[in-house]
Amino acid sequence: MNITHQKPPADDALPAIFRMRAVTKEYQVGDNVIRALRGIDLDLFAGELVVFLGASGSGKSTLLNILGGLDSATSGSVRYQELELCGADDATLTEYRRQHVGFVFQFYNLIPSLTARENVAIVTEIATDPMAPDDALALVDLGARADHFPGQLSGGEQQRVAIARAIAKQPAVLLCDEPTGALDSRTGIKVLKALEHANRALGTTTAVITHNEAIAAMADRVVRLSDGRISDISHNPGRADPETLHW
Amino acid sequence: MRALNRKLFRDLWGLRAQAVAIALVIAGGVATWVISLSTIESLENSQRMFYQNYRFADVFASLERAPLVTVDRIREIPGVRAAEGRVRASATLTLQGFDEPVEALLTSIPEADDAMLNRLFLEAGRLPRAGDDSAVVVSESFAEAHRLNVGDGIDAIVRGQSSRLVISGIGLSPEFVYQIRPGSLFPDHKRYATIWMRQRPLAQAAGMEGAFNDIVLQLERNADAAAVVEALDGILERWGGTGAVLRDDQTSHSYLREEMEQLRAMARIVPLIFLGVAAFLLNIVIHRMVRMQRDQIAILKAFGYPNRTIATHFTGLVMLIVLLGIVPGLALGGWMGHGLANIYREFFRFPELFFRVGPPVIASAVLATAGAALAGTWRALWSAFRAAPAEAMRPEQPTGFRRSLVERVPLFRGLDQPTRMIVRSLERQPIKALLAVIGIALAVAILVTGRFQQDTIGFMLDVQFGFAAREDMTVTFIEPTGRDALHEIRALPGVIEAEPFRAVAVKLVHGHRSHRSAVQAYGRDATLHRALDRSLEPIEMPDSGLLLTDWLADQLAVEVGQSVTVEFLEGRRPRLEVPVDGVVREFVGASAYMGLDAVNRLLRESDSISGVYLTADPSERDRLLGELERRPRIATTSLLENAVAGFNRTMGENIRIFSLVNTLLAGVVAFGVIYNTARLALSERARELASLRVLGFRRGEVAWVLLGELALLTAAAIPLGLWLGYGFCSLIGRAMASEFYRIPTVIHADSYAFATVVVLAAMLVSMLAIGRRLYRLDLVEVLKTRE
Ligand SMILES: Nc1ncnc2c1ncn2[C@@H]1O[C@H](COP(=O)(O)OP(=O)(O)O)[C@@H](O)[C@H]1O
Ligand SMILES: [Mg+2]
Repeated sequence: MNITHQKPPADDALPAIFRMRAVTKEYQVGDNVIRALRGIDLDLFAGELVVFLGASGSGKSTLLNILGGLDSATSGSVRYQELELCGADDATLTEYRRQHVGFVFQFYNLIPSLTARENVAIVTEIATDPMAPDDALALVDLGARADHFPGQLSGGEQQRVAIARAIAKQPAVLLCDEPTGALDSRTGIKVLKALEHANRALGTTTAVITHNEAIAAMADRVVRLSDGRISDISHNPGRADPETLHW
Repeated sequence: MRALNRKLFRDLWGLRAQAVAIALVIAGGVATWVISLSTIESLENSQRMFYQNYRFADVFASLERAPLVTVDRIREIPGVRAAEGRVRASATLTLQGFDEPVEALLTSIPEADDAMLNRLFLEAGRLPRAGDDSAVVVSESFAEAHRLNVGDGIDAIVRGQSSRLVISGIGLSPEFVYQIRPGSLFPDHKRYATIWMRQRPLAQAAGMEGAFNDIVLQLERNADAAAVVEALDGILERWGGTGAVLRDDQTSHSYLREEMEQLRAMARIVPLIFLGVAAFLLNIVIHRMVRMQRDQIAILKAFGYPNRTIATHFTGLVMLIVLLGIVPGLALGGWMGHGLANIYREFFRFPELFFRVGPPVIASAVLATAGAALAGTWRALWSAFRAAPAEAMRPEQPTGFRRSLVERVPLFRGLDQPTRMIVRSLERQPIKALLAVIGIALAVAILVTGRFQQDTIGFMLDVQFGFAAREDMTVTFIEPTGRDALHEIRALPGVIEAEPFRAVAVKLVHGHRSHRSAVQAYGRDATLHRALDRSLEPIEMPDSGLLLTDWLADQLAVEVGQSVTVEFLEGRRPRLEVPVDGVVREFVGASAYMGLDAVNRLLRESDSISGVYLTADPSERDRLLGELERRPRIATTSLLENAVAGFNRTMGENIRIFSLVNTLLAGVVAFGVIYNTARLALSERARELASLRVLGFRRGEVAWVLLGELALLTAAAIPLGLWLGYGFCSLIGRAMASEFYRIPTVIHADSYAFATVVVLAAMLVSMLAIGRRLYRLDLVEVLKTRE
């Protein structure tokens, strides 16, 4: 076991909002057991921006899905504040996602039959303390495109709508799975700026998955995964402005 | 509006062509459901009211002649609440401006007041005043057919005596809701009349003074009907009783019962076909939609929409389509139901036949439709309910295509790539392909079934009038008469050929089964009126044995070579064992046949005949009819006028409308199935097709991948559908088989061709609609979208 587990730095007095302990995830595929996560211990702290780095298949998405309550761990414990997610039933997970989590996915996953504003509204309508859909769109600099359908937007714009949708309900955590994976670097940077802006403006704890090393520079912390385990965690002395990134 | 509802309507809009096609099929199902159930309900209500309010009798018997005091004895039979003796007589009517004889059945009503049983409903006018010997009530159908009004006169010949009758009223009786001349295929209101007159004048005309020859009974609520019939038969035996029957064997009632049976069968089968097809179409459309929207479902769930809401969302979509079909379906059903009620009014005469689509029928139609839709889609809806938010976020794995069995067939290697794509796609989703084939085949079958009625009636008439009954007229004597009557008729001007017949009421018994029927006896050399064997060849009358109609043989469970007990109900009423020598195929009626000499031998009557079939020189016809009318021994003369003409005149328009609607509905089913199959194939394979176009395939070549599959499915469905159609028709024929008629499964090549053409047309229309979309396929757009 080469878990390089770490305590949060002493000067960092922020409370942990996620506590993962000995988390494993196994998939049964035919006769084979695929061990996607092999024992993860990790805390996430309020307001920080964490980048998860790792090769394809290293378990990043699996980890994120478990954090977001989209999936359940096979064993171990995942606590969001006081709530134990591991083994929680579907209704609990649904309620958890509804109240606390925003998602951004690689392929935007907007609803094609709804306009940008409606795509945001579909989430704000069920949230307790949302911002106005137009404000969320303004935050990602898309106020002018609110009435456009996803089919009329470029990939980067669609992803920014997805970010607006994710932050509009003012979630406690924002989980982004390869948000720039389908985008060229210039567009990708725009999307990252939107994320960065949301993180700073709203103080949302943000986790960004990527296999792109260059993105790591914008994080407070970088968690590296390989083969279902955490191989390294590092702190950046200062967060780089997404504008300065290039790949 | 909530964003989710907006998505619902936009999804529906995106599906509009498919949704409309499905809604049309649903409309067909709802319409047929509403029509059949409402019609059954209105017939049942009208029947119940008429029977109750006008005191329809329970037992019916006719006899030769009994003194009126016998009625008192009959009233004494335990279980009998009321008994009414009547006089019945046949008459030939002549009407001004109508140069054919009209056969009439005269029934007496008591001297004063209305009858006790089978009372008359008067549509117009009044009952004959007591003492007014010429006043009569005529049946409404007959009055309508000849535009007769109260006050009009009719000349009637009863037993050779002509008298002038004056219409005092136009009415209906529960006894004659369905009025048909015994042995006819259709009611012929122009040539067959039912007339009521006071007892005394009718008894006088019929030679029945102080006597009756027909009696009807009403039973106590819990009377033992069979025992009453037995006691009644016992009393009437010496008065020439021909056996009493209960309502179930009463002509009008049993026609009505058969008709309602058929409607019930229709109510069970036809809507089921439509709703089944609709369920299937919804299944493929919604299944496809849920699969396409996996990621949308996942994102909604990821953001905290509960499973329930998602499932409700898609269920709502299904229900919207259902609603789209129910509303026009109810309207169509109401409209066609009124049309059908009008047809029934022509055939079944009730004081009122009130057609109404009641709330229970509407509710049941809505429930059945919603149920069928949910049954068709629950799996897709369930998978939307169950979809795990994380699972769904992963891109779908490319569908597993494998080299398969067909590919080992050497022929396959000769196929070009697009054709291989067709074959593989059919192979990959065999169930879907099979269901599509079944759906199209059902449409073909509905079309064939819709034409069946006309085809088979035509055939029955051809056989009946072209082959079995080739006479021009039938002369019936008042009572069995000696052969001299035949010679007398032969000598009349204009008679070309004349053949005698004898008809005797009998009861046939075999084991514990028995059936009341008539023995028809012809001479061995008969050429005008003949019985036909199973292959519809004329069959010669046996020397001493009996021939049975196939239906009757089945009823009695008797086979050729066995014998049955024949109880003759006339003359000296012998009871004899007679061997069954053969089986006769007959579409109308169910008789037994014997040689004329054999019957007379058994009855010990030398050479009696009941009537004569004859052919006449058309130019002498009127003179001949005049001569026949003058003969007192002749009860009626009926012309074998082409019954089809009369039938077509009254029913033609209605039947045309119905077969048009039927064709439209079947066309809708065919179009619905074909279009949906094609539309789905297009959306499932848009990427693939666009890729082919990018690779330089021409539009036509790409179209082949899609349309070739459709053509293949349709080609497979057509023969299956024709076969199914034949099956449906023979099922219908079997369900409708009764004592009155058996319907052969005859479908003309025309009808098969028609069904095929309609379905091919539906295919072409679908292909054009899809082709248009294919032509406009935006390559960039399609390739950009992730699927
Ligand atoms: N539903 C699943 N069934 C089987 N194996 C899965 C499933 N999801 C992920 N895996 C496997 O788990 C491992 C980790 O996957 P994932 O978390 O998606 O990796 P990453 O996001 O880092 O590329 C991989 O080997 C992948 O094949
Ligand atoms: Mg991943």
